[in-house]
Amino acid sequence: MNVQNLMKKYDGKAVVDSVSFEIPKGNVISLIGPNGAGKSTVMGMISRLIAKDAGTVRFEEKDLSRWKSRDLSKRLAILTQHNNVQMKLTVRELVAFGRFPYSGSRLTREDQAIIDQAIAYMELNEFEERFIDELSGGQRQRAYIAMVIAQDTDYVLLDEPTNNLDIYYATNMMKTVRRLCDELGKTVILVLHEINYAAFYSDYICAFRDGKIAKFGTVEEVITKETLSAIYRVDFEIMNIGGKPLTIYY
Amino acid sequence: MKQVKTKRYALCDSGFFVQRISFGLELVISNFRLHQLLRKGGITIKNHKSTVILAILLLLLSFFSLFVGVLDINPAGLSGGDPEQLEIFLISRLPRLLAILCTGTGMSVAGLIMQQLCMNKFVSPTTGATISSAKSGILVALLFLPASTLWSRALFSFLFAVLGTWVFVWFIQNIQFKDTVMVPLVGIMFSNIINGVTSYLAYRYEMTQALSSWEVGHFSLVLRGRYEIVYLVVPLLILAFLFSNHFNIVGMGRDFSQNLGVNYKFVLFMGLTIAAAITASVVVVVGSISYIGLIIPNVVAMFKGDKIRGTLIDTALLGALFVLVCDMIARVVIAPYELPIELIVGIIGSILFIGILFRRLKHGRKTVRSFRFKKGGAGV
Repeated sequence: MNVQNLMKKYDGKAVVDSVSFEIPKGNVISLIGPNGAGKSTVMGMISRLIAKDAGTVRFEEKDLSRWKSRDLSKRLAILTQHNNVQMKLTVRELVAFGRFPYSGSRLTREDQAIIDQAIAYMELNEFEERFIDELSGGQRQRAYIAMVIAQDTDYVLLDEPTNNLDIYYATNMMKTVRRLCDELGKTVILVLHEINYAAFYSDYICAFRDGKIAKFGTVEEVITKETLSAIYRVDFEIMNIGGKPLTIYY
Repeated sequence: MKQVKTKRYALCDSGFFVQRISFGLELVISNFRLHQLLRKGGITIKNHKSTVILAILLLLLSFFSLFVGVLDINPAGLSGGDPEQLEIFLISRLPRLLAILCTGTGMSVAGLIMQQLCMNKFVSPTTGATISSAKSGILVALLFLPASTLWSRALFSFLFAVLGTWVFVWFIQNIQFKDTVMVPLVGIMFSNIINGVTSYLAYRYEMTQALSSWEVGHFSLVLRGRYEIVYLVVPLLILAFLFSNHFNIVGMGRDFSQNLGVNYKFVLFMGLTIAAAITASVVVVVGSISYIGLIIPNVVAMFKGDKIRGTLIDTALLGALFVLVCDMIARVVIAPYELPIELIVGIIGSILFIGILFRRLKHGRKTVRSFRFKKGGAGV
């Protein structure tokens, strides 16, 4: 996926300003930055949820706007926080929607098998017939991830997947993200607020500041005292734990 | 000696019972295994049980309702070929039953679609300005086309219903309400405004008399040749069933639909148009009937969840059953006269609605779980 000079304006003010980057396939890429830096907007534009004002997004050698929405949904899945969690669907019914781009309303035996696998992969077997609105936040998040797995896409985009989760569920979510990449070979792009999760679990980090890319590179390149202090405007200390740079800010 | 004998009988009896109980248990277990097997094949008996029970109930009551009325009609007379009875049967009773079934299924499914698409359990043709818009359309047809046929009235009614519903939904989408109860309140206000304008126009052009027939829904004017438009409900219901998964996906939100390659706006407006068309074809024949579209989908969802594929048929059947029962009450309560069905639906409906509200307050959105498992989600 290649992004060139991406631009988005709200009320004449550019919230995303000439953003260009190339997503290295088969990696976990985290988008970080302070509130309002434009990371979620970029995520929305590269996944066709938000219309861009200028620039190009090329996905698999083809302009994103020239993809049919249905075909794109077989290659790229995006999960945002704006889902209706009031809906009384069972976990299985939700996961089954992941097969919608392929089979519409008529699920084949193969689809059912894929749904079974996705549920088993996220260890949701015992919740299969439970309604999603009766699950805990962490379980529900796992159900959505299972749907994305059933959607069977090369690219998975997650907008703040650890939001509203406690440490246990958030850490498990990040481990799942790693598994999606390492075991299932997916390219995972995340918007994250917790820098340490980004540092520990990603391959690449893209740091935003004021609608522009402040730094894009490997974890070691981005997680430095100077870069982070400049982006977040607070003091940082970088420690090395288990071979990964972790941050302390105060 | 005698005592011993009875004791032995008792033993025999208890043995018999133990045997029966174990046999019953075996049945339950084998049944359970069968369910599991079928479920693996994608078939669920549990989910169909309620449908079957509702269908049988509806069939029985439908048959029974054919013989409720002022003029005496009985199965013997009909099969005996009594021409007078047969005529009443074909001109009045049968059309009435069919209109009732169409109204009940139509209004409840229209409510189901609207609730899903608007992501709000309190939206319905009544609380979403659809019925009042449909009525205003009828008035406009009466005003501008004095010689209007049922079809042209239906067309006007449909156009206004679609327009009114679209405006309402556009409104609630652009103003994000924090409290979901605000949405139906806004809808009720909006439909009252439309009703006000309609009444004003009716007074201004001395049409109140003509309009009153649609103000309070009733089936007493359903006769052969004057109600067939209500059959439009049937193809619309089939359409709704075919697109039910689309409606579910759109009900999950805009981002969710786009992720699955579903055109959010198109499905939203198509669904609302179907709901409006159903409402219009009912209102033009029967007049306004409130509450069905609000209550029936809520009751079914309490037991069976929100997956429309799994609830649409039950919703339709329960809706038909509800209207049929209300109509029979309306016919019997002050016989030989009859009450407009809207009155009965209004009374029973508002009580049920308060019940639903209280349940929501007490249990949130929890399903009736114990019931679901004990009776396998059987009818209500």
